[in-house]
Amino acid sequence: MSMAQHAEPAVGTPPAPGRKEVDGRTARRPLALRLLARPEVGVFLGAVAVLVFFLIAAPTVRQGSSMATVLYQSSTIGIMALPVALLMIGGEFDLSSGVAVISSALTASMLSYQLTMNVWVGVIVALAVSLAIGAFNGWMVMRTGLPSFLVTLGTFLILQGVNLAVTKLVTGNVATDDISDMDGFDQARRIFASSFDVGGVEIKITVVWWVVFAALATWVLLRTKYGNWVFAVGGNQDSARAVGVPVKFTKITLFTLVGFGAWFIGMHNLFSFNTVQSGEGVGQELIYIAAAVIGGCLLTGGYGSAIGPVFGAFMFGMVNQGIVYAGWNPDWFKAFLGVMLLGAVLINLWVQRTATRR
Amino acid sequence: MTSNEAGTHGAVLADPPPPGEAPLVELRGAGKSYGNIRALHGVDLAVHPAKVTCVLGDNGAGKSTLIKIVSGLHQHTEGEFLVDGQPVRFSTPREALDRGIATVYQDLATVPLMPVWRNFFLGSEMTKGPWPVRRLDIARMKATADRELRNMGIVLDDLEQPIGTLSGGQRQCVAIARAVYFGARVLILDEPTAALGVKQSGVVLKYVAAARDRGLGVIFITHNPHHAYMVGDHFSVLRLGTLELSAPRSEVGLEELTNHMAGGAELAALKHELAQVRGVDTGGLPGGDDLTAPAGD
Repeated sequence: MSMAQHAEPAVGTPPAPGRKEVDGRTARRPLALRLLARPEVGVFLGAVAVLVFFLIAAPTVRQGSSMATVLYQSSTIGIMALPVALLMIGGEFDLSSGVAVISSALTASMLSYQLTMNVWVGVIVALAVSLAIGAFNGWMVMRTGLPSFLVTLGTFLILQGVNLAVTKLVTGNVATDDISDMDGFDQARRIFASSFDVGGVEIKITVVWWVVFAALATWVLLRTKYGNWVFAVGGNQDSARAVGVPVKFTKITLFTLVGFGAWFIGMHNLFSFNTVQSGEGVGQELIYIAAAVIGGCLLTGGYGSAIGPVFGAFMFGMVNQGIVYAGWNPDWFKAFLGVMLLGAVLINLWVQRTATRR
Repeated sequence: MTSNEAGTHGAVLADPPPPGEAPLVELRGAGKSYGNIRALHGVDLAVHPAKVTCVLGDNGAGKSTLIKIVSGLHQHTEGEFLVDGQPVRFSTPREALDRGIATVYQDLATVPLMPVWRNFFLGSEMTKGPWPVRRLDIARMKATADRELRNMGIVLDDLEQPIGTLSGGQRQCVAIARAVYFGARVLILDEPTAALGVKQSGVVLKYVAAARDRGLGVIFITHNPHHAYMVGDHFSVLRLGTLELSAPRSEVGLEELTNHMAGGAELAALKHELAQVRGVDTGGLPGGDDLTAPAGD
């Protein structure tokens, strides 16, 4: 039963096409569509619209000092929204980011005060604690394969309880003691919570940090290997792993980065208010996530930018302060935010469908 | 006749290797158990440069387990796995990649929302500059991706478009070109034609041939004997986790291959049973020769 058919396989190599040849089946998409496909364009237009609206509706906003307040408000949200956005692009959430800010501030404050040490000791230990909380979140998510929603919901509850209980245990109060007369306070305040004068307008230093961090995050995301990996682990984790991307390393460092953000904002809170209320921070994590989503980051990961959440946070700050300057009832703030969030999600959905349509 | 008893354990000889040259990748009696489930047992496979080794089998035959061992996603629990004649045990796909074994998966070859050129270099990005400011060398990556794709005969107008906007066949081809560029010596293709139409399958088969002609050893996983026979030099049929057939192209025909894929040996046994027990008229069933396991002759 010999079956000697063709000894050679039937298919040969295709001819190599010339350099100039084009496929021709994929027409170049129009410029407007390609622009809209950028994740930050929608939110940029939204931010401009909100700004123009309040410039008209609330004359006070036109003053430099009002704008500085808006930017300050935006920066405290924006600095945290950056790592939260990167994590979201990487395909994960962190619900514990709001209370982690308070945990960090409490650690620094109580450690310095109770042991009567230079505040810098507390600041450094707080950094270690914050990074550890982030790394723990990341490690748990990667180790168990559970959704980060569940894991960080757990951390959120744990931290919320620990914040209150430990503070009461140590200080006998729900707030920490004033540390403003301790060694190193003024020095730390200059870095985390000072302000400087630009043409008669007082600008908070967090605004500068916000811009610096945003520029750094944008560069890392678009111009480095690590940024490429962030998009890949969020876009398709299994593909990323199969082509050799260190998925665990990427995701754990993203969670750790959120820890860093929580530490920074925690230090800002501590050095601007001198004391920390242990029950605060609850609900802030959703504000950060909302700023990232409004900023064009896809909730399911793999798509977004670092500059988008900057505009997202600006919209938050603008609406928050704008309502006050316009003399409206500030109770409307959250309703405004809800409308903005829904609008942003709808725009994202539309952009995704239009821009990536076959 | 070919040696192809069902469930041979190491009795099947692979192609005689060219003198003085070890196969790129070789499995000797390799197997894999997940707990108490034996997914693969006693499988021999040899991959030589510029040859296409086809692994055929029905769903659940152990094809996926086989490639997962070779690509480093899983580890074998019995037998030997050799690369260049040396026993190896990979714990991550990265290690397999570093030894020149690249896998193109049917469904997870790419990240859909990322541009074509970023996908092409994902996990092996080109960089420039010293460490703190080490950054992607975007211009060089785009130019290289374009050149490599053209060399494989793939022309794309815009490398910035998300790879998710390409057709399934185009995506497979990008993944193959990518593996070839990154110095793969062994290319594993996991059912590259399974989800494709007739014409697109043809396109993919052409790139399989192109990779072979560049001197790569190709492991082509499929359940389509027609596709396998278009490009294959050696055929291995898996059945319930063991090798049912392993034969070079000169010793097996398309018909026999198809017969093995259809479970010929089992059908023959079933026909025999039916005839004995129920007195079924087997004369009207397909010809006896087609259904008889050749080894039983």
